[in-house]
Amino acid sequence: MKLLDSAREGLRRDRVFDFMLPPPNFSEDLDTRHGPILYVEDVSVSFDGFRALNNLTLYINDGELRCIIGPNGAGKTTMMDVITGRTRPDSGSVWFGQNIDLLRLSEHQIAQGGIGRKFQKPTVFEHLSVFENLELAMASDKRVWPNLWFRLTGEQRDRIDEILQLVRLTDHARRRAGALSHGQKQWLEIGMLLMQNPRVLLVDEPVAGMTFEETERTAELLTSLAGRHSVIVVEHDMAFVRSIARTVTVLHQGSVLAEGSMDAVQNDPRVIEVYLGE
Amino acid sequence: MLLQRLLSHDRGGQILLVLLLAVMVLVPVLNLAVPADSPFHLSTTTVTLLGKYLCYALLALALDLIWGYCGILSLGHAAFFGLGGYAMGMYLMRQIGDRGVYGNAELPDFMVFLNWQELPWYWLGFDQFWFAALMVVLVPGLLAGIFGYLAFRSRVTGVYLSIITQALTVALMLAFELNSMGFGGTNGLTDFKEILGAPITADSTRVALCVASALMLALAYLLCRAIVTSRYGRIVLALRDAESRTRFCGYKVEHFKLWLFVFSAVLAAIAGALYVPQVGIINPGEFKPLNSIELVVWVAVGGRATLYGAVAGAFSVNYAKTWLTSVYPEAWLFALGALFVLVTLFLPKGLVGVVATLRQARADGSLQRNWQRLASRFGVPTKGEQP
Amino acid sequence: MTERIPLLHRNALPLLALLLWCGAGLATAEPAIDTATPAPSVEAAANASPAPHPALALIGGSFNARAAAARQLASSGEPQAVAILEALLGGQLYGGGEPPQLVIKQGSAFSDALSGAALAELPTGARKIPVNNSLRGQLRDLLATLSLRHSDPQVRRDAALRLLGNAADGRYQPLLAELLTSEQHPEVRQALLLVQALGQLGSGSEQQQAVAVDTLADSLQPEIRNALEVLASADGASADGNPTLAAAARTAADAIDARIQRFQLLENIFFGLSLGSVLLLAAIGLAITFGVMGVINMAHGELIMIGAYTTYSIQLLLPNHISLALLLSIPAAFVVSGLVGIAIERGIIRHLYGRPLETLLATFGVSLILQQAVRSIYSPLNRAVSSPEWLSGSWQINPVFALTWNRLYILFFALAVFAALWLVLKHTRLGLQVRAVAQNRGMARAIGVRASRVDALTFGLGSGIAGVAGVALSQLTNVGPNLGQDYIIDSFLVVVFGGVGNLWGTLVGAFGLGIINKFLEPWAGAMLAKILVLIAIILFIQKRPRGLFPQKGRAAEG
Repeated sequence: MKLLDSAREGLRRDRVFDFMLPPPNFSEDLDTRHGPILYVEDVSVSFDGFRALNNLTLYINDGELRCIIGPNGAGKTTMMDVITGRTRPDSGSVWFGQNIDLLRLSEHQIAQGGIGRKFQKPTVFEHLSVFENLELAMASDKRVWPNLWFRLTGEQRDRIDEILQLVRLTDHARRRAGALSHGQKQWLEIGMLLMQNPRVLLVDEPVAGMTFEETERTAELLTSLAGRHSVIVVEHDMAFVRSIARTVTVLHQGSVLAEGSMDAVQNDPRVIEVYLGE
Repeated sequence: MLLQRLLSHDRGGQILLVLLLAVMVLVPVLNLAVPADSPFHLSTTTVTLLGKYLCYALLALALDLIWGYCGILSLGHAAFFGLGGYAMGMYLMRQIGDRGVYGNAELPDFMVFLNWQELPWYWLGFDQFWFAALMVVLVPGLLAGIFGYLAFRSRVTGVYLSIITQALTVALMLAFELNSMGFGGTNGLTDFKEILGAPITADSTRVALCVASALMLALAYLLCRAIVTSRYGRIVLALRDAESRTRFCGYKVEHFKLWLFVFSAVLAAIAGALYVPQVGIINPGEFKPLNSIELVVWVAVGGRATLYGAVAGAFSVNYAKTWLTSVYPEAWLFALGALFVLVTLFLPKGLVGVVATLRQARADGSLQRNWQRLASRFGVPTKGEQP
Repeated sequence: MTERIPLLHRNALPLLALLLWCGAGLATAEPAIDTATPAPSVEAAANASPAPHPALALIGGSFNARAAAARQLASSGEPQAVAILEALLGGQLYGGGEPPQLVIKQGSAFSDALSGAALAELPTGARKIPVNNSLRGQLRDLLATLSLRHSDPQVRRDAALRLLGNAADGRYQPLLAELLTSEQHPEVRQALLLVQALGQLGSGSEQQQAVAVDTLADSLQPEIRNALEVLASADGASADGNPTLAAAARTAADAIDARIQRFQLLENIFFGLSLGSVLLLAAIGLAITFGVMGVINMAHGELIMIGAYTTYSIQLLLPNHISLALLLSIPAAFVVSGLVGIAIERGIIRHLYGRPLETLLATFGVSLILQQAVRSIYSPLNRAVSSPEWLSGSWQINPVFALTWNRLYILFFALAVFAALWLVLKHTRLGLQVRAVAQNRGMARAIGVRASRVDALTFGLGSGIAGVAGVALSQLTNVGPNLGQDYIIDSFLVVVFGGVGNLWGTLVGAFGLGIINKFLEPWAGAMLAKILVLIAIILFIQKRPRGLFPQKGRAAEG
């Protein structure tokens, strides 16, 4: 039965095999005339009968800073997986602007196209120096051959220095990334994200394990990014969310439970029930 | 200039290249110019052995590139080595001409023996050296390309990849053992007479092959070094440590792995092609899974992700093998097995790591302190000790 | 790295042919020499004796006289007749001496043919009684006839079926007619009717032939099929043949072919299942250590080998109790291999958790050490382990379909081991703990599971099952240091094919691969079949990197 289904899936006329598609053309401007830069519509994902996402619909505006909260298992990370191409949804559509269908693209294409992602657990290249980490993340030709002959230009070097300063790692530029503290790794990863010049930043739990001071710095950094970039932050730390949020979306059991300002959301009886239990 | 850039901060590489240069100069002199009764004469047996080790070192270099830098533990690299060897072997077979046992100028002996009437199509062209040399590179490269494309595209990683690479080499071994494949069955290809018109057992040919191997190893070392010091090399290193991070940085990880895998396979194949004329035979035994895994031990013993460590490992393990199998043939497998266990448990960085630790210790004086502590415990007076 | 394999067979072939030719020459020459020198003294002695036993007439005389004596012996109702005639046919009957004696040689022992008493040595003057081909033919017929009148119906039936080979010329027809009048046992009757029909097919009237075709259409014996085939093609070709009869014979032959093919299919499935059961036994321990614990144990094959050598050693200790030794080997191999496994886990693998590639290398080193240890302790040569009687031979279901007992038993044994393991994992405390540790190590430890103890026991369990697999393998092949190596890659592929961490997947994977392999073999050859399966699995893993029955979910993707 399953075989038949997959055969049918393979022969569908409205789909094109990935390798036959022309490469996405990101040089033409992203069409965000209608406001939203990211359209997530009716997306469902299930693993072994468990519905991680259930007809999730979400719109993110260009330049917006959006916080997404929700209890464990609400589908926050799965949502990010879908947007960045790591997980293919069972149904639904995800569009980047009005002209790019993200479901047709693979992870690296999405990343090149301008959606950056920070993982829940800080992931940096431990065996490379901080400088090299940023260098690799930098927006440039990402194909194999050019990278064999790649030389940093002065301009690119300046850009790296600029980001180093922004994430306060200038003094550590030559250190191995693996030797950084937890909070520094979080920042380095945010720095790497910024090197990609993304239109959208997906940031998964940026302040986990940070000291109070670091948290405050991070809040400052993220708010300063909004406007030039759209920033989506998934976070458990309510104080942090309150300090940066303009709009908050609450996810529950794979779909949107409530959306609005922090105060409105916190007073929503359904949200209170979900968070405090029956 | 370029050389300087590649070898700066690479002490091991500098030493290796100097040694290889010495081989290229000294081997012809000591074997051909020094009279046989002189104590400085290098026997042809030693030259051949050295040439063999150089081929192994090249193979180890190929594996280190893909395993040490990219984290892909290929347990099938002997397959590419063997394929390169077979391509060369086919050329050497065709050079025998009518000097075989059956005196058939068109067909190699084993085909006459199997009552074959004409040369199979895939043997055509192998009487030309340039064609064979092309095939040495092309066939294993293509196989690695197809295999790697399939494997990396579907994101087979880690242990799974290791197991299917091993399955690949087993499949090749079984295939080459078949008489009907037309590669001489279990006996393989042997009884070679000459290469490029030179008699294959002559001293000068042996010396030339040894020098060619050294030259190839030096060249390959520089190429590998160029790769790992480029941004491409850093990306490969990055994807070894955090594959999905690399992907989310916008790199098509599969392509980076694939090209490195193909390049590594081609290096292995060239090593095989240089190896066959020196040992005079190629048979399906080269595809044995054990060979691929033994190769892993060379690299592990030498030290991963250093390139010169792989070369050092290949030489030391093979020297130990040559020595042990002649002195205590029974002990070799015990020793090899123990080597596997000890290196993985106690020396994750291999010999190179040991040397580095020792030097580090000497530099900051901790070695001396430890030595003094040890000495005072056993009541041995040392110079630095104050009464 | 190279082992030069000498071109042995090329040089050996002519030599072998020469040897065969010489052997054949000697064999044909032997009776001629014997007939040239008859033993007059023996003949005289036989005559002198007052009431000579009829069998003693076999000793001297011409071949014709000997044939007459044999006939006389056969019809005498003598209880020893069958044994004597069989010995004569097999060249094991000796005769002569003073007084004349008939002696049967069995291996290196001798016994008196008439009394059955054991003799210390061959009596002086006794020599081998010669037979020639015509006498051999007559002896076979005599023996068959004797067996046809045997009291055991099974013997009668077997004897009747043995006649099929020579029945086509109709020489048994009178005998068969006579037997059929008295035979009561239905199965024996059926066998006799078959032989009769085959005789009629070859030599009877056209009507008889037509009836015979009908009778024979249901049988499966190759002799019958050949006879029908001959009739179908011969009559169709010659002008005086009977086309109706030929057509009937053709239909019958085709029907037989179809049925034979069906049974061959069944046989293929059985072989596939048998191979699958071996793969299952080899892979199931791996399914635990690799699938549940995530540990790559390249020494798994050597644990199987240790189990096989345990069987061999116990058999050496109990040479006279083969069955007992085999049964004892099962727990013994489990314990020995299990302990070795625990030692490997405690000594090496424990230090390498979370580093699968290093584990792979270290355990490969262990496998080399174990192999060489076995080579040093036992021998580098293969050793044969003998099988108890109930494991040898085969179950002949019909003439073209037989199941060998050892394969059948191993199939059931594999299933039993699988069931036992499944029960252990599902219904015991250890099983619960194993699954808990496999799913979430930290959490299991937090609720009081001693994870390191569970690791050791799980590994011991997987290794013990490998040992049990070794016991089973020792009944199929010879035991040698390389036994394990032959199975390790296959076992890994089974586990990967079925889906890591899924016992049922391993079951389906093992039998699936076994059957696919055996079905490819007839048209691709054994070696090529294996290559094709390997390539297929490589491609399969591309398509479904997590096997047939993958574990799903976010955790599994990490």
